[in-house]
Amino acid sequence: MKNKIIDLHNITVAFDGEKVLDGIDLSIEDGQFVTLLGPSGCGKTTTLRIIGGFISPDSGDVFFDGKRINDLPAYKRQVSTIFQRYALFPHLNVYDNIAFGLRVQKVPKNEIAERVAEVIKMVNLSGFEKRKIDSLSGGQQQRVAIARAIVTRPKVLLLDEPLAALDLKLRKDMQVELKNIQRQLGITFIFVTHDQEEALSMSDVVVVMDGGKIQQIGTPEDIYNEPVNAFVADFIGESNIVDGIMIEDNLVKFAGQKIRCVDKGFGKNEPVDVVIRPEDIDVVSPNESPLSGLVTAVTFKGVHFEAIVDVDNFKWMIQTTDMIKEGQEIGLLLNPDDMHVMRKSEYSGMFGDYSSFSDEMDYISDPDYVEDEESEEVAEAEE
Amino acid sequence: MRGISKAYMVLVMVFLYAPIAVLIFFSFNAGNSTSVFTGFSLQWYKELFQDEETLSALYNTLVVALLSSGISTVLGTAAAVGINKLNKWMKNVVMNITNLPMMNPDIVTGISMMLLFVFAGSILGSDDVLGFGTLLIAHITFNLPYVILSVLPKLRQLDSHLVEAAEDLGCPANKTFFKVVLPNIMSGVITGFMMAFTLSIDDFVISYFVSGPSFQTLPLRIYSMTKRVVRPSINALSTLIFVSILVLLIVINVLQAKDEKKAERRRRAAK
Repeated sequence: MKNKIIDLHNITVAFDGEKVLDGIDLSIEDGQFVTLLGPSGCGKTTTLRIIGGFISPDSGDVFFDGKRINDLPAYKRQVSTIFQRYALFPHLNVYDNIAFGLRVQKVPKNEIAERVAEVIKMVNLSGFEKRKIDSLSGGQQQRVAIARAIVTRPKVLLLDEPLAALDLKLRKDMQVELKNIQRQLGITFIFVTHDQEEALSMSDVVVVMDGGKIQQIGTPEDIYNEPVNAFVADFIGESNIVDGIMIEDNLVKFAGQKIRCVDKGFGKNEPVDVVIRPEDIDVVSPNESPLSGLVTAVTFKGVHFEAIVDVDNFKWMIQTTDMIKEGQEIGLLLNPDDMHVMRKSEYSGMFGDYSSFSDEMDYISDPDYVEDEESEEVAEAEE
Repeated sequence: MRGISKAYMVLVMVFLYAPIAVLIFFSFNAGNSTSVFTGFSLQWYKELFQDEETLSALYNTLVVALLSSGISTVLGTAAAVGINKLNKWMKNVVMNITNLPMMNPDIVTGISMMLLFVFAGSILGSDDVLGFGTLLIAHITFNLPYVILSVLPKLRQLDSHLVEAAEDLGCPANKTFFKVVLPNIMSGVITGFMMAFTLSIDDFVISYFVSGPSFQTLPLRIYSMTKRVVRPSINALSTLIFVSILVLLIVINVLQAKDEKKAERRRRAAK
């Protein structure tokens, strides 16, 4: 068991009477890549800022390496932050930006030069030392921000949506690079994002948040395959979520059918939510499966087709590599491990039905959406 | 239509600058007259720089201008930092109070300050308080709002995450101000200083009331010269003041333009 580097106990924060964090309990083990994932306004950035020391919680305790640090100011904490807009010092060049933290700590000059050179190499910025910040591209600024944050050798690195402002390709590259840097340094990364794909591909542990509460903590596989409620199932990937009744262990009834599944431990005849991922559904001819319906829309997505299928007025989303056409009658075949059964929650009935399927579902993976969100924040700040 | 608008523009310029042009022109007059030009000469400038009283007034002006603009820059910058942290409502209140002295007619400010100084002097048991000290206080007072007004927008533009980034890297708040905040609002601070300096050199009305006979600044000196026989050396002196103020204003404008360009470049880089 590794030691807990960060421990949050029952953290509550309210801004202007509105609860932003509501009883957050979170333990983070040393050396892990942890992602706080959630929609905007879920409290993920606030959680990060509490760890960084920029916000103090209204109630609850923050522990760092076993010591309570609620009252420790930000400049005394052994954490570094990479800010969303990088927050590089515009009056300093690349070298001086990176050296800033070491100079403040009065590290000897030759050691500063050594350590700065080391991190500059690590983030591939050799030759840029004398460049002005405003002459750098977004990706280069990002690298300077990383170098500046890791040169002080923090025990924990906090990353506040650091990739949000980059274009898609650069973003993918930086995901890999950040992961490499984390492995190389062996320190804890706490990464905030609203991009579920980013969260799944980079993290050791994903913390899904919504409404100021932690919904689920787990490995990316756990979160994807075993979501605890409809919110998590819907936020991570695409999901069909249908009302069901757990007849007994390994047997669930939904859409008028009793179907074998692998879930157990529910009460007899307990109402449940059943999650079926669109890629797990096999397309067969209508007479081969008890579930069949009419294809109402097909979108070509490159690697597969995405289709909306109307089964007794409930619209399912399926993903298949088989050629299907609008207006076609198809059967949907489910294997026992294609289904995941969840207990009912406050989110039941809110997600997982594609009858109103439209562009609004796409915003989660739309990079432009962030821009809007940020400009709103800026507008608020300016008021 | 175009011709009319051009002619109108020329007329405006003529009315604005004709008096100053005449003044500058006659400052180079060889003769004694202020209406007949008899030839080019620098004799009035020469006379000016031999006039002890004028030179001491120039010295006084510069001392008061430097001290008052320096002190008001420090106070004004500190005030701007504080005001910037206030909530919206308090900020409005404080800014209105700050702006009031700028709207107030100089003569009212001058007389009220004189009365205050004399009153304060009588409490302290002195009947001759007006002089260098009171003049300096008055100049700092009317300079302050201009410094605040030029520093505040810079603070507002400053990315609040910069301060957090500095703290995050281990920099305590007071150090952060000097290492991160000040360099980034410097252009506003310098503009404020220059504006204060210009205003201080420029001021006549308030100085007239709050300074005593023992301490004269250039504008006061010019005024007292006009009371006696008007000598063309006044033209020379006024020309010098006009030119130096002009240079200062140009420098302020160039600084601001440069700054805007920089900000523009930064905005583009951020995208």
